Amino acid sequence: MSELLSAPLTVEFPFTRSLGPVQGAFLTGLRERVVLGVRRPDGRVLVPPLEYDPDTAADLHELVEVGTTGTVTCWAWNPTPRRGQPLGTPFAWVLVRLDGADSALLHALDAPDPGAVRTGLRVRVRWAAERTGAITDIACFEAYEGEGEEGGAHAADVAEPADRADGAEVADRTDVAEPADRADGAEAADRTDVAEPVDRADGAEVADRTDVAEPADRADGADAAGRTDVEEPADAADPTGAVPRARPHDGVFADPVTSLAAPARLDYTYTPGRAHGRHLAALADRRTVGERCPACRKVYVPPRGACPTCGVATDEPVEVGPRGTVTTFCVVNIKARGLAIEVPYVYAHIALDGADLALHGRVAGLPYDRVRMGLRVEPVWVGDGRHPDHYRPTGEPDAPYDTYRELL
Amino acid sequence: MTRRVAVVAFARSDPARPTAGLTEVELLLPVLREVLERTGLRAGEIGFTCSGSSDYLAGRAFSFTLALDGVGAWPPIAESHVEMDGAWALYEAWVKLRTGRADTALVYAWGKPSAGDLDAVLTRQLDPYHLAPLWPDPASLAALQERALLDSGALVPPVPAGGSSPGGPAPVDGAAAVVLAVEATARRLCARPAWIRGIDHRIEPHGLGVRDLADSPSTRLAAARAGAFDAPPVDTAELHAPHPAQEPILRRALRLDGAVAVNPSGPAAADPPMAAGLIRLGEAAARIHRGRSRRALAHATSGPCLQQNLVAVLEGEPDV
Repeated sequence: MSELLSAPLTVEFPFTRSLGPVQGAFLTGLRERVVLGVRRPDGRVLVPPLEYDPDTAADLHELVEVGTTGTVTCWAWNPTPRRGQPLGTPFAWVLVRLDGADSALLHALDAPDPGAVRTGLRVRVRWAAERTGAITDIACFEAYEGEGEEGGAHAADVAEPADRADGAEVADRTDVAEPADRADGAEAADRTDVAEPVDRADGAEVADRTDVAEPADRADGADAAGRTDVEEPADAADPTGAVPRARPHDGVFADPVTSLAAPARLDYTYTPGRAHGRHLAALADRRTVGERCPACRKVYVPPRGACPTCGVATDEPVEVGPRGTVTTFCVVNIKARGLAIEVPYVYAHIALDGADLALHGRVAGLPYDRVRMGLRVEPVWVGDGRHPDHYRPTGEPDAPYDTYRELL
Repeated sequence: MTRRVAVVAFARSDPARPTAGLTEVELLLPVLREVLERTGLRAGEIGFTCSGSSDYLAGRAFSFTLALDGVGAWPPIAESHVEMDGAWALYEAWVKLRTGRADTALVYAWGKPSAGDLDAVLTRQLDPYHLAPLWPDPASLAALQERALLDSGALVPPVPAGGSSPGGPAPVDGAAAVVLAVEATARRLCARPAWIRGIDHRIEPHGLGVRDLADSPSTRLAAARAGAFDAPPVDTAELHAPHPAQEPILRRALRLDGAVAVNPSGPAAADPPMAAGLIRLGEAAARIHRGRSRRALAHATSGPCLQQNLVAVLEGEPDV
């Protein structure tokens, strides 16, 4: 009786969110390798932008472009990357204040080990090869300071081959801990692989596209050192050294991103609990077992472990049925996707003999328009199914209304 | 708005009791029975019922409705639910009692982290545009706070390897419940009611990069509004720090010195999520019930890096 049932349960919810002018411009900008912030009334610049001032709740809409280089303001080493995180290899979470911004953005820093990371480290954006208008258009950050720094252009160069090998290794290690994760781990490693080599080539392409879309912007880009860095990130080992200021930006892009698809997947282990587990175990023997409330003596089928009227645990298993009475029903005329049952069919509340609560079941074995309240039915088991496939008429006379009126 | 409200009973799951395979309502039932027995009330005699839990934790929509069986919610009772830690359910119940809508309230909360992957679940509470797509787990975010503390000089090394100290024990499945009552009812139900002298909750921006992660201004503000800095000083503080590095931040924001007993009930890190904050309130009240505290502070938190904070100040009866 103490068999602990459990089953995997995956919940996936692909939320789609509207972006509005501020987040829409920010995420479209990322797609175009431009980082936008928003200016607060006091002049400070928020990156990532918010639609409202975090202190005063004032409406914010003055967009500005900031650099794609910045400074680490806080960091934490992540030795065991999880599914969905930006890198498949151990990395540092970093808060980066981009040049021209006054707030910091959370992302991943590709670094070989925690010794290569410190507050104050200079970093730059590494763009994802395929960009869709999402925060993940930034693949990660990488250190770019030159000599003397652990992560510089040199480190960035060697990061690529090492990363790939590591990625595979991580995927394997993840397998041991969480078998279900394997596909994802591999995918993460792949993503990293693709991101880097393609990046440089893509840079040229984006520059072209930007030119076509926004001729006005080009002049801007030409006289801003920061802008030049954006176009050719991998070669810009030595910027001018001056921290770029945030520059006004109209937030207008061709083909703007207006919504964000935010897929999420969570994995659970469903357990039916003590009372329902006992019920399911009995069903495997083609018996229906409910539980009696110790206070009001009602028998609940299927049992949920507590009496909703008395608020106490039910504890006494009681076998009910197998026969029962249709208390009420409906005729289903709409075919459910993936369901083999032909419409119309009848779905009924059935009070099994001895139960004080009706359960749900399909009624078949007679024409749908002959089903009626009071009809006496019995379960039909098919194959090795762990619950009755449907209920069919027993042939007994109908039950008088008064015998089930309290169960409606 | 002058009715005084007290916590008159508290119960929580025994962390040592096995919970494998239990449903939420089965976790909850022994706790509800215990807290009602302490007051002598039956479920049907409670004026208002309020609970806190999370569908994301349970992996099911409207999961709190199943737990309602445990309080005898049929025929319908005056009931509400917050998709938050039960500490916030207690706040809602306190408002109901203060405004004269009920004389007694049952507040309960539960969490069953064993049902899923808590680290993944908690990423879903983050800002959906800038943070959630990166799936940053709560231990990583807390480690950012630890780094912020180290950089600010407020936390003294040894610097932990990898930049983050190990987290506490993993949260267990469990539940907690308290009963609130007003004025004379409270005195009738409890020998030493823990009067809620003040209670307040405040929130900080969801953008981690606009906050000072080494500080908790929302805790400080909530504490001030709850009267925590008024005389006489508190002798006990029950702090809800899901990660060890967060405790020094809270101690500083709450100006707790060596004279205050901090978390005499034990650290909160292993308490069931969604019930951990309510447990802090309950433990602080229970210390007053036992005569071990005159004035106690209780704190609950929610969100990444101590984003939302609730502070309550509880007091025993003045000396006669």
